[in-house]
Amino acid sequence: MLGIVRQKMLEQSLKKIPPAVSVLRSYSSAAKQMTIRDALNSALDEEMSADSKVFLMGEEVGEYQGAYKITKGLLDKYGPERVLDTPITEAGFTGVAVGAAYYGVKPVVEFMTFNFSMQAIDHIINSAAKTNYMSSGQISVPIVFRGPNGAAAGVGAQHSQCYAAWYASCPGLKVLAPYSSEDARGLLKAAIRDPDPVVFLENELLYGESFPVSDEVLDSSFCLPIGKAKIERKGKDVTIAAYSKMVGYALKAAETLEKDGIDAEVINLRSIRPLDRSMINASVRKTNRLVTVEEAFPQHGVGAEICASIVEESFAYLDAPVERIAGADVPMPYAANLERMAVPQVEDIVRAAKRTCYRSVS
Amino acid sequence: MAFYLKNPRNIINNLKSKVGLWSLMKQSHSTCCYSSCLNTIHLHRFLPLTTLPQFTNPESISHKKGHFPHFQRFQSTTTEKQIDSVPNDEHNQVLDFPGGKVVFSPEMRFLSESPSVYSQCYRVLDDAGQLISHSNFVPVSEEVAVKMYSNMVTLQTLDTIFYEAQRQGRISFYVTSIGEEAINIASAAALTSDDIVFPQYREPGVLLWRGFTLQEFANQCFGNKADYGKGRQMPIHYGSNKLNYFTVSSTIATQIPHAVGAAYSLKMDKKDACAVTYFGDGGTSEGDFHAAMNFAAVTESPVIFICRNNGWAISTPTSDQFRSDGIAVRGQAYGVRSIRVDGNDALAMYSAVRSARQMAVNEHRPILIEAVTYRVGHHSTSDDSTKYRPADEIEWWRMARDPVTRFRKWIEINGWWGSEAESQLRSSIRSQIAERAEKPPVNDLFTDVYDNIPSNLREQEKLLKETINRHPKDYPADVPI
Repeated sequence: MLGIVRQKMLEQSLKKIPPAVSVLRSYSSAAKQMTIRDALNSALDEEMSADSKVFLMGEEVGEYQGAYKITKGLLDKYGPERVLDTPITEAGFTGVAVGAAYYGVKPVVEFMTFNFSMQAIDHIINSAAKTNYMSSGQISVPIVFRGPNGAAAGVGAQHSQCYAAWYASCPGLKVLAPYSSEDARGLLKAAIRDPDPVVFLENELLYGESFPVSDEVLDSSFCLPIGKAKIERKGKDVTIAAYSKMVGYALKAAETLEKDGIDAEVINLRSIRPLDRSMINASVRKTNRLVTVEEAFPQHGVGAEICASIVEESFAYLDAPVERIAGADVPMPYAANLERMAVPQVEDIVRAAKRTCYRSVS
Repeated sequence: MAFYLKNPRNIINNLKSKVGLWSLMKQSHSTCCYSSCLNTIHLHRFLPLTTLPQFTNPESISHKKGHFPHFQRFQSTTTEKQIDSVPNDEHNQVLDFPGGKVVFSPEMRFLSESPSVYSQCYRVLDDAGQLISHSNFVPVSEEVAVKMYSNMVTLQTLDTIFYEAQRQGRISFYVTSIGEEAINIASAAALTSDDIVFPQYREPGVLLWRGFTLQEFANQCFGNKADYGKGRQMPIHYGSNKLNYFTVSSTIATQIPHAVGAAYSLKMDKKDACAVTYFGDGGTSEGDFHAAMNFAAVTESPVIFICRNNGWAISTPTSDQFRSDGIAVRGQAYGVRSIRVDGNDALAMYSAVRSARQMAVNEHRPILIEAVTYRVGHHSTSDDSTKYRPADEIEWWRMARDPVTRFRKWIEINGWWGSEAESQLRSSIRSQIAERAEKPPVNDLFTDVYDNIPSNLREQEKLLKETINRHPKDYPADVPI
């Protein structure tokens, strides 16, 4: 009975959603290209310039210009008081940053990779995420934790894990995963301006990739809303929901599927917590089929949560079981051939989409 | 070494022999800590740059006329090129390493793992509350001294009342501060209200000093409607934005790096204030303690670290907790000025914290204070400490070393207190706490997870209220919706 109540409530909220037209299809005629690296760097630069409370902390962010050069030039521009090179202690500098956030400044903490954030996870969860609640609103924690997340290339098990599901399960945190340069700029700016703790999951392999950006995106006041996904490609036969690098793979899979007459709709989640359940459900109600894609381990992952959400809200609209594509349930191997087998590839997504369409996958 | 109190009397004798003149506090800061090491460990050759001029052979001028590599973070951090060693005579060779100039020695000498003499403990009042001759301390006015004493008595009474309430089943949990009243109150008295406090959980006296009322303590412990924490926290997890007292967190030592972060921010804002953090002997084993101390020194943050070395971490005595000579000696390892103080001497605590604050704020440096004391009560109401320590040891510290009576004797000697004032104080405290109050409402379950309540929580709240309305007998009647 409660299920029906929730279906009714969702329908009402869905009615209020405007048609999901991608606003940014309308690029200006001279579309500029921007790498993710430059997108992140410019976002940090602009936010630090606009608000003197914002400061950066992390290993190698200053003199070295950032382990992945994301913070290039910022030390020279803002000085050592606002760009801190920290000693090697994730637990230490995360705790120190959270203390500074308690005081009221806005730290942006860089983890060299989110794998190292596990050494600081107590401060992220117990000291940052839960504090607004446990202090009953007296202490807000306007902090951003950012860094590369997920698999890179040939870096082995301890440098390849994806933490989206871990952080997204915790109330009090917001978790964002940009894909394009527009996402990177808009979401990082939103994260820095947000009064709650935000985990910002980048991807090392995407740093060098270029994406077209409009003038609107390049404006220093540009900001994307947290909690809203984006439809990267409209379609009508199957919904493919992905985040971060897998959005690119999903788009390639959609091109392949088009040749076989399957029109896929690709959703770029952008926000893992809060998850844009209404958009995903609206899309599935239109296409009636769903494939979720993530590089992370399958158990208790983002795909599992999306599947549960669809089953709870839109079960009657499914024409086929939800397909869940994820990384292999093993610590990431090093050897290149094994590594390739341990993460989803475009062909896996194509085959899964075909399965939901009851097409043979020979 | 261990402060494990198998035979308390030996420890008193040890402490007494170290009592007396300690003029090091008045010396100029650049030689302060380091001269104290002369009588402890072997003099090792590597000294930090601030004392370098005294140690360098004046003839050993390096080729380079440039500046030495700096410890100060906020100047150039480019490292110097390494130069060849400059031999001046057979006995003194000096070489530039990235960390500074190092003097060589052909003698192989290991730094001892423990000092030949324990580090001194600063104390001003003896057990009878008499001022020790030749002591230096920061003077305290009658008004402040009387306020300190009344607060210490209030803290003791508060502890007794809530402890009894827990034993009667009226609250679920409580933590007493018995035996550590001087640390609580004297340190609070030495700070200003702008100083931000990051407590562990045995420092409610600091909150009391700043004006938290007995009623407010009760509200938090009972989790009622007036609780500032909206009933979300276990008892003793107090916090007050207004009084600059950070909400108590159950996780050990996490508050230490937080304090450093806040201190750094205070410095960036150029405020006349510092951050103060408290922790026990057990908390110093956590990684957070070490990272925070290191950070504070490198970032030159105005933070005071106060360690309540009370001999026990639940059932773990200090001999199982660490093998260093207590906590104060660790300061030097991180480049942090430190002092060991008799934690049951309110006047010594006051003086030490006062001076520490001045140094922290004016010189932008961290200070470590090790307050040596004893945890008279159990770790918490979930603990029975007689299971792991002798009952007579507890009794002895409760009676003979009580910091409250010791301070009382001193203020009586000064003519500032008497038995009439005593009875008046004790009777007035008990009357201050009200009893029954309503529980917090159900919607407090969902607020403050984020700055703005998200739609999924609003939905859940609505569903919950509908469910309660439909099945009222399944839910407690005294919880307001």
